[in-house]
Amino acid sequence: MSVVKNFQPTVADSAALIPETDYEVRSLDAMCTNESQLEHPWWHNFKYVAVGIFFGITFVKAEIISWYRIQEMFRLQSFHMYGVIGTAVVVGALSVFLIKKFKAKSIYGEEIIFYPKKFSKGQIYGGLMFGFGWAMTGACPGPLFAQIGTGALVIVATLVSAIAGTWVYGYFRERLPH
Amino acid sequence: MEILTQPWPWWAAGIIIGLTVPALLLLGNKHFGISSNLRHICAACFPANIKFFKYDWKKESWNFFFVVGIVAGAAIATVFLTNPDPVQIHPDLARDLAANGITHIDGMVPTDLFNWESLLTLRGFILIVIGGFLVGFGTRYAGGCTSGHAIMGLSNLQLPSLIATISFMAGGFLMANLILPHILAL
Repeated sequence: MSVVKNFQPTVADSAALIPETDYEVRSLDAMCTNESQLEHPWWHNFKYVAVGIFFGITFVKAEIISWYRIQEMFRLQSFHMYGVIGTAVVVGALSVFLIKKFKAKSIYGEEIIFYPKKFSKGQIYGGLMFGFGWAMTGACPGPLFAQIGTGALVIVATLVSAIAGTWVYGYFRERLPH
Repeated sequence: MEILTQPWPWWAAGIIIGLTVPALLLLGNKHFGISSNLRHICAACFPANIKFFKYDWKKESWNFFFVVGIVAGAAIATVFLTNPDPVQIHPDLARDLAANGITHIDGMVPTDLFNWESLLTLRGFILIVIGGFLVGFGTRYAGGCTSGHAIMGLSNLQLPSLIATISFMAGGFLMANLILPHILAL
């Protein structure tokens, strides 16, 4: 005679379930994740290089990666960066609205999905710390890569420090308030 | 050609950056954000049995290709589309910088502050190493940077992203106006 066990998850079980799947770990506190379920040969990634190139050219030509423009932004000495970010948000928001409205699919036929993000105290504490670093270096992560591309090779030291900062965060993560 | 070599206006840059959001979504359901690359580098190179770095980073390798593009694009713009005119900055900023020995206003970063020798000075070390560290630590703690939260997150009308963006700006204002003047004077 077979016995079928009736599985009733306990509180301890549900605590252990978070986060278990790879997607849940990948998307931990992350804004930019690969929501696609499809797998492609690696050379499909070259289209992202193309987008990145346009992005990098824009970064340099519009002086978005300029330490000076960032100083002017935080000292309210110029409208330029506010114009860039504001316009980008409006264009991005309009695009997302249209994508949702027309239930647009990716070029591979996958539905484009969005998940809401949860609030975490890290957005405030981490946000402030990043703001400090942004004003000091004149760059957020994207511009760091671009500054290196312009030939400011000492910024490699900044990038390595940033990677170290990310690593140290990962190390202390469970002990920090979220 | 001249229209390309002159600094581009804010609205043109804003449109191109904003269009990166739908471009990445349509090309493969990828959500725009750059600071995660720092995490993927840690996961790929030194996960050290830390839970935060134990995931299939290869699924996010599209982002590595994206930043390679950024580096390449920046190099292309520097080599082929260089602005022949000197960099224009606000006179108050120029005066503050000059008072601290920063007189070469050129390129993207002041070479008086950011050079290999300055790493050995207190001022340079703080700006480059501590500054970089705060960028890496802060963006992960906040779960994103200007591209992830301010652009992608706000495009999706996420309140956490608004909170994050306000915190970014608050931190930047505090640092640039209250603390940086003292660092620059070192």
